[in-house]
Amino acid sequence: MRFIPVSCEQRETMLHAVGARTVDELFEVIPASVRLARPLALPSGMSEIDLAAEIEALAVSNTGGLVSFLGGGCYDHYIPAIVDSVVSKPEFFTAYTPYQPEISQGTLQAIYEYQSMVCALTGMDVANASMYDGATAFVEAALMAARVTKRHRVVVSGAAHPEWLEVLATYAESGMIEVVTCPATAGVTDIEALTGLAVDAAAVLVASPSFLGCVEDVPAIAAVAHEAGALVVVASNPILLGVMEAPGVLGADIVVGEGQPLGNAMAFGGPGFGFFACKEQFIRQMPGRIAGRTTDVDGRPGFVLTMQTREQHIRREKATSNICSNHALNALAAGVYLASVGTVGLEGIGRACIAKAHYLHDVLIATGRFSAVSDAAFGNEFALRYDGDIAAMQHAMLERGFLAGLDVSRFSDDYAGLVLFAVTEKRTRAQMDRFVGEVVSL
Amino acid sequence: MSEHMKREAVARPLIFEIGSPESRCVEAPTLDVPDIDMAATLGSGARSRAVRLPHVTEIEIARHYQHLASVNFGVDSGFYPLGSCTMKYNPRIDEWACRLPGFSAIHPYQPAESVQGALGLMHGLQDALGEISGLPAVSLQPAAGAHGELTALMAIRAYHVANGDARKRVIIPDTAHGTNPATVAMCGYSVTQVPSNDRGGVDLEALKAALDTDVAALMLTNPNTLGLFDENIVAITDMVHAVGALAFCDGANLNAILGKVRPGDMGFDAMHINLHKTFATPHGGGGPGAGPVCVTDALAEFLPGPVVVKDADGSFALATPARSIGRIKAFLGNFGVLVRAYTYIRALGAEGITEVSEQAVLSANYVKERLRGAFDLAYDRTCMHEFVLSGERQRKQHGVRTLDMAKRLLDHGVHPPTVYFPLLVHEAIMIEPTETESLEVLDEFVDAMLAIAREVEENPEMLHEAPYTTPVRRLDEAAAVKQPDLAWKPAE
Repeated sequence: MRFIPVSCEQRETMLHAVGARTVDELFEVIPASVRLARPLALPSGMSEIDLAAEIEALAVSNTGGLVSFLGGGCYDHYIPAIVDSVVSKPEFFTAYTPYQPEISQGTLQAIYEYQSMVCALTGMDVANASMYDGATAFVEAALMAARVTKRHRVVVSGAAHPEWLEVLATYAESGMIEVVTCPATAGVTDIEALTGLAVDAAAVLVASPSFLGCVEDVPAIAAVAHEAGALVVVASNPILLGVMEAPGVLGADIVVGEGQPLGNAMAFGGPGFGFFACKEQFIRQMPGRIAGRTTDVDGRPGFVLTMQTREQHIRREKATSNICSNHALNALAAGVYLASVGTVGLEGIGRACIAKAHYLHDVLIATGRFSAVSDAAFGNEFALRYDGDIAAMQHAMLERGFLAGLDVSRFSDDYAGLVLFAVTEKRTRAQMDRFVGEVVSL
Repeated sequence: MSEHMKREAVARPLIFEIGSPESRCVEAPTLDVPDIDMAATLGSGARSRAVRLPHVTEIEIARHYQHLASVNFGVDSGFYPLGSCTMKYNPRIDEWACRLPGFSAIHPYQPAESVQGALGLMHGLQDALGEISGLPAVSLQPAAGAHGELTALMAIRAYHVANGDARKRVIIPDTAHGTNPATVAMCGYSVTQVPSNDRGGVDLEALKAALDTDVAALMLTNPNTLGLFDENIVAITDMVHAVGALAFCDGANLNAILGKVRPGDMGFDAMHINLHKTFATPHGGGGPGAGPVCVTDALAEFLPGPVVVKDADGSFALATPARSIGRIKAFLGNFGVLVRAYTYIRALGAEGITEVSEQAVLSANYVKERLRGAFDLAYDRTCMHEFVLSGERQRKQHGVRTLDMAKRLLDHGVHPPTVYFPLLVHEAIMIEPTETESLEVLDEFVDAMLAIAREVEENPEMLHEAPYTTPVRRLDEAAAVKQPDLAWKPAE
């Protein structure tokens, strides 16, 4: 395929205008010693028809149509048809960052509305236009807390997502922050241990629900953190915030999370997006783009990117973050999703996830093959100990058309023997009953 | 402005301000399991007050976003010569590909045996980017260009630490993108800036003076943000290596050199690639992009994990490099973006990819030649895929600033070029036509620029007020900062 609308004749016209005989002359500035003297070792191009067949063959070689109980930060939720209709509009997906507000009011208003929805969900005053994912938003919250408090050490709950803990550790290698992990038991933060660790900390970071699905005692954690002068960072699952309390009400200063559940495809783990919200008093230390409402010279309301003096293209090495590209289109999808489900739909979907998760939990326990590891409250996800070989069970269930949860021992020895099950509103009682029947028959 | 983007008599209400409390679009499924008492189940974790979200029916959503789209400008709307951003056409086959259920509906923790097609695609993309960059080891994990810069710098830091000393400073030229110094700071290094010489390249004397064994790396965009290829590139990377430092190439301008010269062959040790620039994945109004990192074999063991490897039996698996810096995001990278880029590379093939750069460079030089005379050229040399004009003459002689001319372009239905960047050019206007624009479109743009140059001379006052035909006109950014209105709040 070729996406160049210039004919050979036009190419000659252009060469003549620039005073070159061949295109190669334009590349003579490149030292001959390093110029590539051979064609790239890549396959030849293809027609769209041949290409579509090849790509489709790759796609169908992945096993689809499975009944999934896999979660761990990426979930099989329903995506309303209207979402893809909106994000497929070329005016949205082929646009750049809205640096020219006069012709970017669509993107800007959509971001402003998205920010408003994130504030409503989280109970925060301000939200940015999105980050890469939940993990990087988590890290940026830690870095921001260090700037706000002028402290160096952050305390993170060991019950948070293991990959998020790893990303935090990767960033901390730079020496910008020191990370201390607070012990956790069966997916719940050890608040007694936290009391000692929080002293002089910039922030306490906690996920609720935790990686194992447990609802944390955020008010108690916030009390400990605030007593020590640390900020409270809460990571939450946004699709549950119709039924779960706004973290802001529970004492959070910064709320972040992975936004994929809101109208974004799983897509093998990305792109989803990170949401990031905080109290108004911290806004000048916030990372990322922010849209604001103002007026034009004729007094008409309009939107702009604002407070850009925090950002890398203005402040360079003194910026609050190096982030430039964000995940605007994924945030747009989330905005359309939240508008389409509304208050009532989000409450109902969150309720369905949690009710179905409790149903599956109870019927799995009743088989005698699984046992509970915690008596903590849980939401859409829970971990059980499996009495047997997890890998063999999962393999057998894959052949029966099920993704039988996540073997979390891959992340930590502390999680040995545990399977993490996620249940979304898409799972039916019939699917769960069939799943349980098959597991019992193994 | 183009036909579709007319001004409206009244501003569009926010989505919170339309519909009625009874309006519904998507409702929860019928509950087929016993309901639960949220307060009893979640305790203090149960919601105390309903979330205030919009309440609209589907037609209201459809019309709302259709309106917002109609006041937004994308590549499909018209010419988008935004320098350094490579706003090329986004092929629709790529959009189709990433939406195939076999790609869009798979979970990152599925067993490798059930996602061989996806892993194979990633492996193929790793190989293609390794060949194009001349840097064979590739991580697809970074989510964006700046994220890729950070990843590469972290790998460089880990390399130095493994050799006994993290070192302290990173050198960047004065033409660098803002993300470069911001990335250096996030990596715990300090920035040493070196000036450009009179040909727009790195000043070798200044570089020599800045280099010592405290320097961890040089970050260089080549061709640089002036659109100029640094002829001294081999000497530069040699000088960097001579003090034990490494050379990082910011891949923002890779669209100029595909199949012509490879950063690895220029002596770079690492680079990032913006798939949303060079490999035609859409910018999405700000993202998502993807910023894969390509490195030499010596740096391969420090890449973030996991990467995709091919086992002896031909199957694909995930593996973490031996001395990996660790993850830099959750899961495997922006896979949906990777599918688009892979599809694009397969569509073009070796020959097509090389032709991309040939046409991008020819188009930029063509536009530059046609604008010569009406505007000052910051550097009068053969350019690569972009070039920089200076509006200094217009400012000095007529009091019209580059910003005014950029805003006036909006009235011609063109997205303005990048302005006031790079910072070393006064009143900079940075133009990148890309290879996907026809000669007719390039000529229309040139004509619009020449018309504006005449307006500057004949009616400079008029330009201070431009644009006139856009959905809104110049916005009060100072007021936006002074009285921040960043979220809609319901009346209490």
